[in-house]
Amino acid sequence: MEKVKVAILGSGNIGTDLMIKLGRSETLELTTVIGIDPESEGLKRAKALGYQTFTNGIEDFLNHPDLADIVFDATSAKAHIRHAKKLKAIGKQVLDLTPAAVGPFVVPPVNIEEHLNADNINLITCGGQATIPIVHAIQRVQQVEYAEIVATISSRSAGPGTRANIDEFTQTTAKGIEKIGGAKKGKAIIILNPAEPPIIMRDTVYAFVEGANVEEEEITLSIKEMVKRVQSYVPGYRLRQDPIYDGNQVTVFLEVEGAGDYLQKYSGNLDIMTAASVKVAEEWAKHKLAKTSIS
Amino acid sequence: MENKRDVRITEVALRDGSHAIAHQFTIEHVTNIAKALDQANVPYIEVSHGDGLGGSSLQYGLSLTNEMELIEAAASVVTNAKIAVLLLPGIGTMNELKQAAKLGAKMARVATHVTEADVAPQHIALAKELGMETVGFLMMSHMVPPNKLVEQAKLMESYGADTVYVVDSAGALLPEEVRERIRALKEELTINVGFHGHNNLSLAMANTLIAIEEGATRIDGSIRCLGAGAGNTQTEVLVAVLDKLGIKTGIDIYKMMDIAEDLVAPILEKPQEITKDGLVLGYAGVYSSFLLHAQRAAKKFGIDSRDILLELGKRKVVGGQEDMIVDVAADIAKSKAHAQV
Repeated sequence: MEKVKVAILGSGNIGTDLMIKLGRSETLELTTVIGIDPESEGLKRAKALGYQTFTNGIEDFLNHPDLADIVFDATSAKAHIRHAKKLKAIGKQVLDLTPAAVGPFVVPPVNIEEHLNADNINLITCGGQATIPIVHAIQRVQQVEYAEIVATISSRSAGPGTRANIDEFTQTTAKGIEKIGGAKKGKAIIILNPAEPPIIMRDTVYAFVEGANVEEEEITLSIKEMVKRVQSYVPGYRLRQDPIYDGNQVTVFLEVEGAGDYLQKYSGNLDIMTAASVKVAEEWAKHKLAKTSIS
Repeated sequence: MENKRDVRITEVALRDGSHAIAHQFTIEHVTNIAKALDQANVPYIEVSHGDGLGGSSLQYGLSLTNEMELIEAAASVVTNAKIAVLLLPGIGTMNELKQAAKLGAKMARVATHVTEADVAPQHIALAKELGMETVGFLMMSHMVPPNKLVEQAKLMESYGADTVYVVDSAGALLPEEVRERIRALKEELTINVGFHGHNNLSLAMANTLIAIEEGATRIDGSIRCLGAGAGNTQTEVLVAVLDKLGIKTGIDIYKMMDIAEDLVAPILEKPQEITKDGLVLGYAGVYSSFLLHAQRAAKKFGIDSRDILLELGKRKVVGGQEDMIVDVAADIAKSKAHAQV
């Protein structure tokens, strides 16, 4: 099968995890890894695996634009704003794994179809990727008046970026719950738990639905169908209990175990971000290849 | 009077007490109590949802009255007292802190789990920028040894906190454990050290006295024990005890007794006492505000609330993880059903 070429910007933990995931893809061909520290483990590994590596950031890639059509940006929000402009100018499709949110929010099982031709999309937050599918699954059965999510992650999987910008997490996730999940009002809470051995990412979704009767069976079916869809790209995504109903309130407990590619298995929060971005890129690639074969 | 205080007390009933009454404070409650506390010369009065700004949620319980209205009401009736607000990064944000400051809050208490101080620098910096007195509040301090506590307290100090608190959120610390923690902080820090106790093991008063003996100068109390779990160090009693010890708080004992009796007692559905669940909180080292949630979950799933709390302690659940209560309760109910088959 023909593949679409991709590059990774950023050679940290996320970039390295992407490297492993992309190595398995049937539609994407990783060609290039771009970093700024030639001594970084990510770049060394990329070189050893035979990928083209650049060590002075995006500049060298801009001189070799044919190396990739799709670029994953796993740097920082600040750097992404700069990268986004430059990559747009040379016509690349970009997946933004930073909180920069230059492009529209995408949660693959909810709204990927609307953004198949986007030049830049943002993956919201890990909590958003884990919970917005559930909010949407409830919403498509019955209007959600209010949805609230609580993401609990192991302290070990919360990097300095997350810690320094913790408000960004709650605010961006809440926005995603409303815009993509469809809830009239959204709220997000994040808790860091330092327990050893580290806990697997957990997410709780509370939703208040409108109406005199709650379509319990239909909502549960819809949630379970959605869980399967997310599992197609995050196999460790699962319900901890069947949804619990209490009046108009639906409560859903989730657990996200990572694939353990490069990141630890407990870091389901990081894994769901890299996995979702690969999923979006694969959809883009299929779309591109379909377009080419028609024309 | 201001400059004659050896220990500065923060009255937390209008925040911590929110847990005990399922976040049902009204403007009338807050106005009357804050006004009377100010007249009794209490220097700091904390007002917020029990889980801090932005805490009104399905996870923690919805507030009957918007906390911003409560903060505004409290700020409008005090003359000398400063209104304090609690903020847990991850739950509340800088937006709410700005709003509270605008409404008259003068002290920001930024709370993190005892190992996670590094989520707080932005919030502390903002509080300073807003001209607020700033406290770093290290919750669940019983979960780490003193050296770790010192490391995290130093982070709070480096972010600009004026005070750092040892917070015994689970009411689990024993007196000697309080002593070694406060002593370690006094040795290593230049800023004020504070102590916030819970009375789950009936040790809040003893622990508070030891904290003061070791040099803590900022102390939390809840009048009539109106706080999470079995409540905190009972403020009016503490003021009397400190007076007998010759330690000046500047607070009027008689007025405090009246507030406790006439204004606070009527709010409580039943008097605060150490119930079996409260005791288990302290015994298992579980966050005090889990109390009512665990009782509700126990009822829903037909199991013993103590089993839920003990299991939560085993799983090393931290403050804010209220969603674990129902999850654990469902697990226990399932395994019980299995056992019966």
